[in-house]
Amino acid sequence: MRNKYLKGTARLAGLASVLPLAGCDWDILNPKGPVGDQLKFLIVESVIAMLIVVVPTIIMVCVFAWKYRASNTSAEYLPKWSHSNKVEAMIWGVPTLIVIFLAIITYQTCHSLDPYRPLDAEANTKPLDVEVVALDWKWLFIYPTEGIATVNQLAIPVNTPVHFVITSDAVMNSFFIPQLGSMIYAMAGMQTQLHLMATEAGDYLGESANYSGRGFSDMKFRTLAMPQDQYAAWVEKVRASSDQLDNPTYAKLAAPSEAEPVRYFSHVEPNLFDEIVAKYNNGMVMDKSTGKMIHIQSAMSDMNMKE
Amino acid sequence: MLGRLSFADIPLDVPILVGTFMGVAIVGIAVLGLITYYGKWGYLWKEWFTSVDHKRLAVMYIVLALVALFRGFADAIMMRSQLALAYAGNPGYLPPHHYDQIFSAHGTIMIFFLAMAFMTGLFNFIVPLQIGARDVAFPFLNNLSFWMTAVAFILVNISLFIGEFSQCGWLAYPPLSEMQFSPGVGVDYYIWAIQISGVGTLLTGVNFFVTIVKMRAPGMTWMKMPVFTWTALCSSVLIMVSFPVLTVAVALLGLDRYFGMHFFTNDGGGNQMLYLNLIWAWGHPEVYILIIPAFGVFSEVVPAFSGKPLFGYATMVYATCAIMVLSFVVWVHHFFTMGAGADVNAFFGIMTMIISIPTGVKLFNWLFTMYKGRVQFHATMYWAVGFMITFTIGGMTGVMMAIPAADFVLHNSLFLIAHFHNVIIGGVYFGYICGMNFWFPKVFGFKLNETWGKRAFWFWFVGFYVAFMPLYVLGFEGMTRRLNHYDNPEWYPWLLVAEVGAVLILFGIVCQLTQLYVSVRDRNLVENRDLTGDPWNGRSLEWSTSSPPPPYNFAIVPHVHELDAYWHDKENGIDTRHAGGPYQPIHMPKNTVGGIAVGVLSLVLGFAAVWYIWWLAVIALVGIFATVIARSANQDVDYYIPAEEVARIENEHTRKLMAQAAE
Repeated sequence: MRNKYLKGTARLAGLASVLPLAGCDWDILNPKGPVGDQLKFLIVESVIAMLIVVVPTIIMVCVFAWKYRASNTSAEYLPKWSHSNKVEAMIWGVPTLIVIFLAIITYQTCHSLDPYRPLDAEANTKPLDVEVVALDWKWLFIYPTEGIATVNQLAIPVNTPVHFVITSDAVMNSFFIPQLGSMIYAMAGMQTQLHLMATEAGDYLGESANYSGRGFSDMKFRTLAMPQDQYAAWVEKVRASSDQLDNPTYAKLAAPSEAEPVRYFSHVEPNLFDEIVAKYNNGMVMDKSTGKMIHIQSAMSDMNMKE
Repeated sequence: MLGRLSFADIPLDVPILVGTFMGVAIVGIAVLGLITYYGKWGYLWKEWFTSVDHKRLAVMYIVLALVALFRGFADAIMMRSQLALAYAGNPGYLPPHHYDQIFSAHGTIMIFFLAMAFMTGLFNFIVPLQIGARDVAFPFLNNLSFWMTAVAFILVNISLFIGEFSQCGWLAYPPLSEMQFSPGVGVDYYIWAIQISGVGTLLTGVNFFVTIVKMRAPGMTWMKMPVFTWTALCSSVLIMVSFPVLTVAVALLGLDRYFGMHFFTNDGGGNQMLYLNLIWAWGHPEVYILIIPAFGVFSEVVPAFSGKPLFGYATMVYATCAIMVLSFVVWVHHFFTMGAGADVNAFFGIMTMIISIPTGVKLFNWLFTMYKGRVQFHATMYWAVGFMITFTIGGMTGVMMAIPAADFVLHNSLFLIAHFHNVIIGGVYFGYICGMNFWFPKVFGFKLNETWGKRAFWFWFVGFYVAFMPLYVLGFEGMTRRLNHYDNPEWYPWLLVAEVGAVLILFGIVCQLTQLYVSVRDRNLVENRDLTGDPWNGRSLEWSTSSPPPPYNFAIVPHVHELDAYWHDKENGIDTRHAGGPYQPIHMPKNTVGGIAVGVLSLVLGFAAVWYIWWLAVIALVGIFATVIARSANQDVDYYIPAEEVARIENEHTRKLMAQAAE
């Protein structure tokens, strides 16, 4: 009999331990790359640390409120008690310890998960460079090495780190692929960087996480993480497109449009990304190899300059 | 002649707005008609609109806050309904143009006109009474502050029916809010509403700071000041330091828009991140401006209903001051994702976590106030206990987002929305409603109905969890805020649950209205009347006066001996009131039309500037200056209540107290 109960309890406990795992379907808790993995661990770790104080507090609120209810005259009543050094030490001490712990992991993860920091995998594998431009209301992906560009579709090879350089040719957006990890703002005239990697092939949601106006809700893209050979085939498919991204085409593309379909460009004007950044900085852009500001001449800096 | 205003700017093509306008018009005409029918215009004008009495202004502030609540909540439930519908190809019933205005207005209204107005209402009523003062330091400015806030709210609502409101979110981030991307009048409405109400708020901050520093009753040293007054002081300091930053940030945005400058534009050397830094240098202190007074309310309510003094008064004061200071060094946590360096992010993240220590300490203080007490489960106390549970969860999710790396996946997601509603509803709103239940008898002389109060609490409490816990989940599922439609099947069920929560909260609001109605209806029942002025066996000075207090608050200014001054007097048989006198004539400020005049002219100025009707703007501006000069030159601003009148009022109250004691 007793055994039966124990078994039941064990089963319940088993169920309870599965419940939080149900969360694994949730994008952020179901990461597909090293950055996402670390972030998931960080979130779980910090929540557990805080539950050490949160759970007892909530229980204490309920217990104290119930136990010392006015109708329970058998409970002790100390109408003047309002100070205790012991209690004070505890209520300052315990949260302080937890915050010290969290501060340490905060400092560590700020560095280890800094979006600008190359991934560990980049030591062995040359990263894929992708330049990202947020437009009203679509995402432009430029593959400078391959000389191709796409709209609203990002293909990346699995187990290859990706180095994103991100800007905007419109309002501020935030570049975000929930299942791969960190997001970062896309801002006109500025370049932000992000390092991500997919370890599993799949089709992941990509979106803007910063409201950017009327067409914001449809400003989404699919992230296709695929094995190297499929990726190479995908590049060839893009190269086979008849569309080319020259300056006049770019001007048309950059004009506001909503729910833009996926587009492939077999050729992209070299330096397009730098020109987009530079046109908001009087033609100046940071040279990636030297880190110095250089002036670039382009047709664009006096064309399309949005007023 | 009318600038850019034309007949086409009236949105006759949007049925929701036409319906709303008709509703507002019918209710408005009915209210105005009733006032006229009962001949109450003179009464309203003399006793309320032009009054400089802090108690009257408090009531007007809270009425304004409740009206703002209805508007803000209408926006909220429309958003939730849109997202419950707009799934998998269904566009919902709100196109982006309308939807984007709604979420922008929702945030703006809830923060500036519900929360700020409610808070100022509580300050106005409680602070002078708690410190034994007869009014605030600057009664005229107090009236002016109210009108500036009220007309700013009117301006926001005018945008419903003439033109449009901002579609840039409640903080109007550039460059989206710049002329290039938002050429309409929406952002201009936003700018002028914020600037006009900002004047009111800043003056309120100055007013209460001076009042608390200079006008405390003799004997009330800093560490004998009630905690609510402490929190009002800290909030006032934060207002004085942070609101000018808001004014400057929004003014610079205005310069960009009106004069083609380039502070925050994409081009011409503008920098949008400058705006983000400025707006959050105000915005983060702002949330503490709101929550600190809520902490003050709980610090008064929990002891009163636990039959014990507050646990750890000194700790509470230090914790409040610590939060006040720390709130200025955390603003970057609102945009960790801008690409700042790891050390910058780490600094602001850790500072943010440090705030959770004094905040946690406060929570434990209320907890240990209940410990070994006699906790009465009055409706007021429900809100306090509900707060303690809810706020703990909100605090935890806040610290999660304070870890910059974790914020890289939670930022701007519905997790964030869930977090701040968790602390703003569970903290600020529960706190203010708790305070309203607590001090209502002091304001009107009768208690709020408890049954309906508890019903309201349960609907709000359960409704909050049903509406916002799904948003935490949606944040983990990668759903960002401000989406108008979506096609992710995993999000859909959670958004349906959230809609149910919004409906529960609607029931909560209906219960609150019913609570008010029932309480007014039954106000003369013996058990509801507060004849003693001390219905909860209170501890601080406001409970030593009659309910409602006489215009001068204290016939004889009380002398403070201890913390919990009134409790000390009750225990030691001291008559705080000095019943029987001798009474002196009491110096009082006179009513003023200056406040409402400047207010209305500011409304005209704002409206004219939004629509580029420059001649009207100039007239209004000249009118404002003329009114201020006329008011400054006016020497006839005070009067005396004769000693005999004071004696008559006081003796009447003494008689009531005797009769009550005899029963």
